Amino acid sequence: MARIIYDALAEIVGKEYVSDRAEELFLYSRDPGTMDPKKPDYVVLPKSVEEVQAILHLANRERIPVVPLGGGLVLSGLSRPLKGGIVLDMKRMNRILDVNEKSRYVVVEAGCSQGMLQAYLNRNYPHLKHSIPDSPPSATIAGNILIHGSGHMSQATGFHSEMLNGLEVVLPTGEVCKIGSCSTTPYWFSRAPLPDLAGLFLGWHGTTGVVTKLAIKLYPNPAKKDVMMFLTENPDYMPDIISKVTGTEMAEDLNVSASQLPDYMEGLQLSLIYVTANTIEEIDFKKRTIRETLRSYINQKEGGFMFVPTIAKGRFIETPLREMTKFADSKKGGGFEYVGAIMPIELFPEAYRKGLEIAAKYETPYSMAVRIIGRAHCMMFAYAYAFNRADDNDRKKAQRALHESNIAALELGGIPWKAEEPAQKLILERMDPETSRLMNRIRAALDPNGIMNPGNWEVK
Amino acid sequence: MEYADIIHRCFRCGYCKFTRDYRDFNCPTYRKFWFESYSPGGRMWLLRAWLNGEIPSSQRLAEIFYSCVTCGNCVEHCALEFRENLVNIFVAARKEMVEKGLVPPAVRDYLKGIQTHGNPFKEPRQDRDKWAEGLGIPSYSGQDYLLYAGCVASYDDRGKKIARAVASVLKEAGLSFGILGGDEASDGNEVRVLGEWDLFQMLAEDNIRKFKGLGVKKIIAISPHAYNAFRNDYPPLGGKCEVLHYTQALDQMIENGKLTFSSGKDARVTYHDPCYLGRHNGEFDAPRNILRAIPGVRLTEMDKIKKNALCCGGGGGNFFTDIIGGGEGAPARVRIREAAETGADTLAVACPKCAKMFEDAIKAEALEGTIKVKDIAEIVCEAGKG
Ligand SMILES: Cc1cc2nc3c(=O)[nH]c(=O)nc-3n(C[C@H](O)[C@H](O)[C@H](O)COP(=O)(O)OP(=O)(O)OC[C@H]3O[C@@H](n4cnc5c(N)ncnc54)[C@H](O)[C@@H]3O)c2cc1C
Repeated sequence: MARIIYDALAEIVGKEYVSDRAEELFLYSRDPGTMDPKKPDYVVLPKSVEEVQAILHLANRERIPVVPLGGGLVLSGLSRPLKGGIVLDMKRMNRILDVNEKSRYVVVEAGCSQGMLQAYLNRNYPHLKHSIPDSPPSATIAGNILIHGSGHMSQATGFHSEMLNGLEVVLPTGEVCKIGSCSTTPYWFSRAPLPDLAGLFLGWHGTTGVVTKLAIKLYPNPAKKDVMMFLTENPDYMPDIISKVTGTEMAEDLNVSASQLPDYMEGLQLSLIYVTANTIEEIDFKKRTIRETLRSYINQKEGGFMFVPTIAKGRFIETPLREMTKFADSKKGGGFEYVGAIMPIELFPEAYRKGLEIAAKYETPYSMAVRIIGRAHCMMFAYAYAFNRADDNDRKKAQRALHESNIAALELGGIPWKAEEPAQKLILERMDPETSRLMNRIRAALDPNGIMNPGNWEVK
Repeated sequence: MEYADIIHRCFRCGYCKFTRDYRDFNCPTYRKFWFESYSPGGRMWLLRAWLNGEIPSSQRLAEIFYSCVTCGNCVEHCALEFRENLVNIFVAARKEMVEKGLVPPAVRDYLKGIQTHGNPFKEPRQDRDKWAEGLGIPSYSGQDYLLYAGCVASYDDRGKKIARAVASVLKEAGLSFGILGGDEASDGNEVRVLGEWDLFQMLAEDNIRKFKGLGVKKIIAISPHAYNAFRNDYPPLGGKCEVLHYTQALDQMIENGKLTFSSGKDARVTYHDPCYLGRHNGEFDAPRNILRAIPGVRLTEMDKIKKNALCCGGGGGNFFTDIIGGGEGAPARVRIREAAETGADTLAVACPKCAKMFEDAIKAEALEGTIKVKDIAEIVCEAGKG
């Protein structure tokens, strides 16, 4: 049987783009995070929407699970095939199809990486940019949008899923469906004013279809960018600081980080306030306004701006921030994962203290990072744990710390983002039963044979 | 295995697959095969799994490791601090495979050729100097420089033309140099990167003995691969000479006024950085300086150059073993398309292996009427001197 399926897949995508060999089965059974490996039966690299369709038809006929994979960098193991089957690596479908300069959007294939789009815009449309997450550049646009990612413009414009204009998606049963304005006109300008079907695919972790194309919003790309760094030592001040900075409407991005290492940073909260502008006067004005809004903290000696020489700013200004990736090797162990919980701003102090507590319990240096979303409508509060990949006990320890962080986030009133399979269960337990029933009904209607990334968002 | 203590530190973030600005995947094997297993990070994880017994030894695994062209793109772009050792780690993995008798047949054949004939073409040793016939190049006997041709420039038809061009230009410019002719032996660069350390050491020590015996102090290498071996791998074995790639020698001669041009053919030229001259040894300027000095040559750069150049696919032994294989996604074919996109009529190279790889790629891409490959020495030969 396995041979017949292999041959059928080879017929669809070509022999060189399907594998059931030990090497691919090993690699595609795991991601860089802490979750235990789950082996696929096949890895397939489609090149076109027709190929994706044919694969889904086959998978329905044979009742084989299908797990879409972008950059595979979600860290929480969402594209490990929990019930085996086909991992569909989308990265060969990586074309940038259209840039609409006037309506400021770009249409890409689902496997297009963040890095390639960024470089393409820099070269061809330097006046335009998209909001870039700090994940490594091989993360895909689709993978990030579909998990409600966030990035360098999220403070100003919200979750990346809010920047989605439209989708082309192959439904679990194989039909190709367009979502948003592209369903009705040749343009991909928005999801409004139609019934918003994009919600059938956002946040579902690949359990409702395979996205093959998508359009996202582009934004003006001001020529100048600077970062201001504000330090405080009392987490109770943070909601007010966040509120004040976002209230100026002058910051494009606002992050807060807190880590035990290096030693001199212990106990501090570092706000990274990113400012962009077209002229020196404009950037100076924005920086002055932000400085003024935090004046009371400076006057009371409760906080202050850190002096950073221009030359040293480079590593804070680059997009994506390589520094984030370097955290993986902070234990010289090549591993890290974080719980990014979405929560209201006022929970900062409690969330912070919980982070210290969990890290202390697991005897690991604490490391937290926060990204403010949509002018402080909420925040992504990340508890990050580095681990040594060569030491399985250390990986498991990080896994436990993450799980405890997920529980803590839920207890505080937040919701774990891109939640691992066990954390999805925690969320579902707390979810209004009618909501989870609705999820179930939608899923059953879209995917009668239950082939799409089964094991995730599994509602009893 | 050497480096076994660091292979777990790869996070598999994928920076290694790209150019510095992320415009394109630039790991030749990843962009050809598209499976993670053929990316540097994939290899790191597979290697660890193999050493830990999580995946078995297999022909396929060996091919994954031997398809690596050791171009160094990953070393350049990896985000983590052990990046300097990435290629070394892949070479160490191959060494492990050699020791366990797991190398693919093409690698075995290559190594056999070197063992039995001193060259992978399995040609007679005495034919090694045939490329120089009629040029009147003396054997080395204390001249200022030893001109080292290497296997490809000695035996391959395309390589021989390049060797003749290099030698002719050096002679015309009045440089004092000689060749080893039939006494020349493989430099061993490919032997080393294929993981046969013992054979490499034997070759290197033999060469070093020969160089010392003849009193060689300065070497000009035609192949960047030989240049790399002499410059980086011979000194720890006691072989310390001043080593130049021939483009560096020509650049110096232009700078000193020993090589001047009066005229040149009108040509729009783009230049391909060979990995073992560029990324591995940091020489990006000398070849460009030469091209800029020739009247009529208009240098048009490709999108991906210098540290971001895409390898021709001939490195890491693949010129001989071709484990990376052909097809539309073969690096040489991708690169020749990139060269043609610049509108250049000539792709200038500085390595006999690159020249051959690209000429084959031109045929495969049916670009014969659009672009041709010339070694920099050939372009210099064609220009009017004085
Ligand atoms: C160092 C580091 C920093 C990070 N910083 C950020 C950050 O600043 N902001 C942020 O948002 N994230 C961040 N992340 C998390 C993550 O890497 C990103 O969100 C990333 O964009 C996920 O995209 P991906 O292509 O890797 O998705 P994958 O991991 O491949 O997939 C994610 C999910 O989407 C599904 N999926 C993927 N493609 C498709 C498709 N075509 N159709 C249907 N379903 C699909 C998968 O099945 C899976 O469930 C970071 C990660 C790391 C390692």
